Order: sequence, then C-alpha cells, then structure tokens
Amino acid sequence: MPDGPGLELIMAEVNRGNPGAVLDTGYDREQASLVVPAERVREVLEWLRDTPGQEYTFLSSLHAADYLPAEPRFAVHYELLNRERYERIRVKALLPDPASPGDVAVGLAPGNGKVPTGAGGEVPGTGAGESRHGSGLTGGEPSEGSWRGGEEGSGGAPGESRPTESSSPPAENGEGRPTEPSSSPQTNGTRPFPEIDSVVDLFPTADFQEREAYDFFGIVFRGHPDLRRMFMPEDYVGHPQRRDFPIGGEPVIFTRDEPADPGWWK
Amino acid sequence: MEIERIKVTPETPLEQPSSPEEFRARQLKARDMLRGDLEGADLDAYVEERVMTTTLEKVLNVARANSIFPATFGLACCAIEMMSTVSPRYDIARFGAEAFRASPRQADLLILSGRVSIKMAPVVRRIYDQMLEPKWSISMGACSSSGGMFANYAVVQGADRFMPVDVHVPGCPPRPEALIYGFNKLQRMIMGHPDPGWRARYNATGTEEWARGGAGSKPSPEAVEAYRKAREALGA
Amino acid sequence: MTLEPGGNGRGGQSAAEIVHEIEGSAPGVTVELEPEQELLMVNMGPHHPATHGVLRLEVELEGEVVRDLRPIVGYVHTGIEKSCESMAFWKVIPFVERMDYLSYFFNSEAYCGAVEKLIGLEVPRRAQYLRVLHMELNRLHSHLVWLGTTALDVGAMSVYFYCFRDRDRVLDMFEMSAGQRMHTRYFQVGGVAEDIPEGWEAKARELIGVIKRGLSQYESLLDRNEIFLMRTKNIGVVDRERLLELGVTGPLLRAAGDPWDLRKEAGYLVYDELDFDIPVGTVGDGYDRYRVRLAEMRESLKIIEQCLDGLPDGPWIADDRKYVLPPRSELSTSMESLIHHFKLVTEGFRVDPGEVYYPIESPRGELGCFVVADGSAKPVRVHFRDPSFVNLQSLRDMAIGEYVADLIQTLAMLDPILGGIDR
Repeated sequence: MPDGPGLELIMAEVNRGNPGAVLDTGYDREQASLVVPAERVREVLEWLRDTPGQEYTFLSSLHAADYLPAEPRFAVHYELLNRERYERIRVKALLPDPASPGDVAVGLAPGNGKVPTGAGGEVPGTGAGESRHGSGLTGGEPSEGSWRGGEEGSGGAPGESRPTESSSPPAENGEGRPTEPSSSPQTNGTRPFPEIDSVVDLFPTADFQEREAYDFFGIVFRGHPDLRRMFMPEDYVGHPQRRDFPIGGEPVIFTRDEPADPGWWK
Repeated sequence: MEIERIKVTPETPLEQPSSPEEFRARQLKARDMLRGDLEGADLDAYVEERVMTTTLEKVLNVARANSIFPATFGLACCAIEMMSTVSPRYDIARFGAEAFRASPRQADLLILSGRVSIKMAPVVRRIYDQMLEPKWSISMGACSSSGGMFANYAVVQGADRFMPVDVHVPGCPPRPEALIYGFNKLQRMIMGHPDPGWRARYNATGTEEWARGGAGSKPSPEAVEAYRKAREALGA
Repeated sequence: MTLEPGGNGRGGQSAAEIVHEIEGSAPGVTVELEPEQELLMVNMGPHHPATHGVLRLEVELEGEVVRDLRPIVGYVHTGIEKSCESMAFWKVIPFVERMDYLSYFFNSEAYCGAVEKLIGLEVPRRAQYLRVLHMELNRLHSHLVWLGTTALDVGAMSVYFYCFRDRDRVLDMFEMSAGQRMHTRYFQVGGVAEDIPEGWEAKARELIGVIKRGLSQYESLLDRNEIFLMRTKNIGVVDRERLLELGVTGPLLRAAGDPWDLRKEAGYLVYDELDFDIPVGTVGDGYDRYRVRLAEMRESLKIIEQCLDGLPDGPWIADDRKYVLPPRSELSTSMESLIHHFKLVTEGFRVDPGEVYYPIESPRGELGCFVVADGSAKPVRVHFRDPSFVNLQSLRDMAIGEYVADLIQTLAMLDPILGGIDR
C-alpha cells in the first residue's frame, strides 16, 4: 500500500509526463487514492499499469458513485491491484454532471412552482429534458412507461415515500424525478450524460462493470464496445441508483390501520 | 359376507381347519359368497357397506393433489431451500411431488421461490401461462408474496400483481418444513377441503352491531337469530 | 464471423475440423459448409434448469458448436445497493446478506469489515475466530450446493442428494449459533451477535468427520466416473493470462494454476495465524475446477479444526457503546445503556466521511465491498464487487468453440450465483 508520501511521489511522477493528470492524492484509513479529472483517466491508468515499478496490472473493481450535493457530482473508481506486492490503489475520476447545476430542478414539471434554490445554471439541453418528462413531484400523472407502473404505484412524492430519509443528502435537497431521454442509450441531444473514456481495451474486465455504471448512473463510457443496460430492462427510463432517483417501492399497509383511517397512506 | 385378509407372519400362520366339519363350513361360506342371491334391502346394505360412490371430479382431485409435478423454477435464495425440500431430510416425495419438471408444459405447480424483479415478471407470467390447466402456484417467501424487505424500484411488490397465487408461504427464506406445510395446504385445497385459517375456524369475526338508539331501534333479524342460537347452545 | 483464437480447449482446430467431428465423417472427407448461413441463434434461459438461477444466454450455434455467446443478466436485480442507501449502517447487513445467497456470511463480513475500517473499530479476537469459523462453514455449504447442482447438471443425480444431506448438517450449525438457516445476520459491526451456545464446538467437531467422510464419498462417485471425466476433462480451458485480464478470481483462477487467495495475501481477520494451503490446478479445465473446490473444502475443514482448537475466551463483540448495542441484561439496570440502545436502534451510529474498499475471499473469488460515508448515519453508497459478476465475463472465452452440451458443464463449473451477479 503506498502511503501518503509514496502517493505524492507517484503523483509527481505522473504529472512529470502528463502535466495536470493527477489533481490530488488521498490517504485515508490505509487506502490510497489518486484523484484525476475524467478526461485524463486513461493516461493515469495506463501509466500505473505499464510503468516499471508500479505495475498495477489487475483491475479488481470499477464502480461509480453519486455524491449528489457535492460538485463534481459523479466519480468513477478504479480499484487497481499489484498482485506481486499486494498493493491496492484507487484512481478516482471526478465527473461533473453536464446537466447540473440545478440538476434537481430538472425533474420538476414546468410550472410546478417549486424550483429548489440553487437552480439556475444555463445548461444546454436541460430545458429539453424538462419538457419531455415532467412527472416528478405531482405524482398524480399516469406513468408513461410500462415499467413505471410498479415503482410509482404508491403515488405521492418520493420524499413522502421514504419517510426515514432524514439525514442523507437527497431529502434535504428536495425531490424530483431524474429525467433521462427515454429512447437512446447514447446522448442524442436531449440531455447530456456525463462522459468518460472507456478502459475496456486496457482492462477487459471493465466491460460488464462499465455497463453496470452506465445502467445505474447514466455515465457514458466513450469507446465501450457494447454499451447497453446491464441489469434493468432495455426500455427502462432513468438511471435508478442516482441519488435523486426515488427509491420506489410502496409503503406497508397494515390491515388494522384500515378501518380507522381508510387511505391513510395516501 | 366379509372377506378377511389375514396377514401371514411367522407368529400367526394361516389358520388351518381343525376338523372336517369346519372345512365343510368354509366351503359353504365361499359358495355363499359367489351365489349372488341378495335382494332388496339386503343388497343395498351389502353395497353400502362395501362400495363408496363419489364423483369423478373428486377422484381426479385426489389423484391430482397427490401427484403434483412442480416446475423447476428457482429465482433466488428461496430456490435453494426449495431444492432442499427434495433432499433426503425433508423429502417432499412423501407427498408425491418430488418429480420437478423443467418444462412448464409438464408441470402443474409453480413455486415462485424468490424475489421477482420487474425484468423477470413478464417471464414468470409467460411461464405460468404456458402451464396447462389445472395449475396452481405457491408464492414462497416474503419477497414474492409482498416484495419483502426490498421496497424499491426493481422488485415487484408481490407476485399476485401479475399472476394468481394460491398459497403464500412466509419467511425469508422459509424453512423447507414451511414450504412443505404450505404445500400440504395446497393439497387440501385441491382436494376440495381447504384449510380454514384460525379466524374462520374460531369464527373470529365481530359479533357486535351498531344501533341508532331510541324507540325505533331494533336488532336485525340476523342478530335475533344469532342470539337465539347462542342461548340454545348455552342451554338456557 | 470471427473465431476467437485460443482458449477453447481445442487449440488450433479450425471450424471445419470441429464440424468433422460432429458429422462423424471419416478424416480426409471434406465437408462443405457455409458458416454464415448455418448460424443458429439459441436463447437459453432465463428459465432453464441448468443455468443455476435466472441467467439468460444468447448462444450462436454452428451445428452444435458455440460460436458466440452473450450473457444477459438482471432478472433478479433487486436494487439492494439502492435500498442500502436509505438504511442506517447497521440495518444494511440483512440486505447485503441477500446478495449472494450462498455465501451470506462472506457478504456480511465484507460489509462489516468495511464499516469497521471506516469507524476504526477493533474486533475482539474471539469474534474474529467465530467469524472465520462461520465463514469456512459457509464455504463448505456453498461448495456443497455447487457440487450437488453441478453433478446434477452432468447427470449424476445421487451426488445431489448426498451433498444436500451434508449441507443440512452445516446449516444446523448456523441454526444453532444464529437461529436461522440462511441469512442469519450473525455478524454485527464490531463482532458477532451472540456467543456460540454450549455444545456447538462438539457438534462442529462431529461435523468435520461427517464432511470428511462425505468428501471421500463424492470423490468415489465422481473422480473416476467415466461420464463425468468425459464431460469435464479438457473442456473450457482458458489460459491464466486471459483469466487475469478478465478479472477472474477464486477457484477458477486457482484451477488455472495461479495460487491467488486473499486469505493468504490480504490476511484479514486471523487468517494469517492459521495453517492452510491453497490448492491449485494444473490444466485449468472443468475437472481441475472440480478438484480444486473439493480440495478447498478439505482446507476449510483444516481451518475449522484449528479455529476450534484455538478459540480464545473473551468478549464476542467490541465494547464500544457508540457502535455496539449494549447487552440486554444491562438495559434494566443502567440508564446510560438504555440511552445508547435507544440511540443506536432509532438512529444508528454516525460514520465520519470517507470511503473504503474492503476485499475478502468468498467461495467464488474476490468479494469487495465499497462503502462511502458522508458523516450521517446512512451510507451514501454501498457497492459490491461480486466475483460471480466479474467471472461471468470469462464464460464467453470458455464456451466458444465448445459443444453446446459442454456449455452447461462450463457454466456449472463457473459457479455463478445470480443473486450476486444482479444484486
């Protein structure tokens, strides 16, 4: 495990060849990480893989995360491993959401009148997304997709359907359905996806995991041979593990509550 | 006439006639049996004692209930427990259901063993539709009964949203014994004797009525009848 | 149409030569084929008795030979990672247990280990031993189910009954210590939920003998079984470099001759104090995978025996009231305990911001848990790097160029658990 100074050395060495490729290092709880901008991630990974003395040849995991209130919002993590020395290093590619700021407001129906504060970045494409999908808070509209039926069946705003959500970021930032272009997996101009270079040719193991990240977070991996949804049905709308996507499901109704207060869950 | 079956064991050898008279008596008895001279009420009594009449439907149901072919259809964790019902310790073969069929067209019981995701629900429905009548289904475990702990975007909140379910087996996952118990309930349903739940068994419904009060207020005829029956039962 | 070079067990054989074998024609007779027109798309699953779950495979066949293959997963996608985000840290454990439903102790260990690393909590030694004990028993259970279903797939039905008979005895141990057969929620953040009851150790020692006898039974049934040998020998061989490129870990990689085991490399819990070996294969075919897994079960028995011998006394859960529930007995006497209990149950503990990736060796390979905390009582993200999911990518390399009947065996030897793949 490279420690703090070791990481600084790695950072300096990478930046000598590729200036600005590594933004920051982090050493926390015995875990080493390099923070890189999204567009430079291939250089850094290639350097870490091929440089003698580093040789992090095994990509043990690739996953994405959504740090919603923070900016940049998304990150793709590459857990690299040197099998000889058993050293792990995490490369964290920061990935701003091109649809933000005001990303949360995108889910609101036009004219809903409840635009949270913080909205107001002029982002190309955001408006198109708004007009095409405006269910969000109202919750009363009939769902358009065949798959939406199940998850929206409870009705009501997402904030209400997760009453335990008090301390995590989405609740305090408000609500809102994520709106994605319903048709295409690639950007077709309706709303920009965050984009990052695919590393499938460097690490073939990234194939499924990049598809997973695309499916759950809507992160487009440029150059991926076969970027389709991994888990969700092909015609599913939205990227469910984004923090502003409602968790779905429905509240539990106990029969004993029913006679006293019919429809209390609504 | 009674035809007795004597079990021959070393301890009780077949009883030999002790005398020529007894042998003769036995011969006559046997001839009597073959004569067929019973008439009228005797014949009725004879038939009533020995023949059970029923409808073909009931016989079929008894046969169906005791030779169920479940579909080999596992979804998630419960599938492992479903597999262990076939294993020697639990042995669902005791109830005639050990032959799992891979094709839905040969199966007549669908055990929904595990969580049904929105991607799987159409598939499950199609498999259910492919099964031939008569068919039954057991929803095994909390997830397929109600969505269970997974109240989220991916899981169908209860399999009876998209297909009929006969028996729900609770548990996460249910023990194999629980599945067999649910299976036995299903068998009784098939045979036409559905197991009433404890509510029905103890008639656990409210016996009170709402009254307006005042001069014109009278109990309903049902209430009067129930009161009379209860008094009778008490012997009052 | 492209033919993947290598990695199909038939080495340099060309398509025409393989077709030869199918047709049964004498060598020397050339069979004219137009491959492009002969391709047949076959859809296997999601409901197929031999896919070990609801895996769907789109297979392109040329005659009986697999030319291309695409796994389609997601049929038991449960959204567990999303559900975890709305739960307090300690309430996440039951969710993660239901991911890979054959190795639930491993899932909860990966998660608990990650959270313990986040909050810097030391696990008492007895708890570590108990965790290792249960995880190795779980490995036995997982491999037994694998062996039973795999033998069933290649046509040896009685092995299935024997394996499930022994598996039930392993589950009895879990039931005795934790109260449930599967998904026990026995591991807690900071230790285990309860001490093992009296008589558990004696029963565990008895179990070791039972499984040992059972293992030799399975071996005598399968090892020199002609059908089993014909169906597994030299089938599905992929070389080690390609497996590493694909991120494959676990028995698959070890069967290809790479002694890679996180129990040795990472040395989490008390594994570095225990004496065990890593079985490796030499050929990397289906038979090697079977042999490696059986040998692993023997090693697990060795570990269990050592753990039982060296089980230290002491507490079975950490004594940090900020993270660990106080014992029930204290609740009626100590006001402070009651307050801690109330706080933990209603809100849960808060975790300082940070992110941790914690890998362990599950029965199928490297099981990593990635947890992000933001200072609140709920995780921001819980992600599992599931070995079945990553290993599934190698199925294409293993199956291309093989017969479709061997695909069943190859898939069974891969041991994918769809609950882990889809999560």
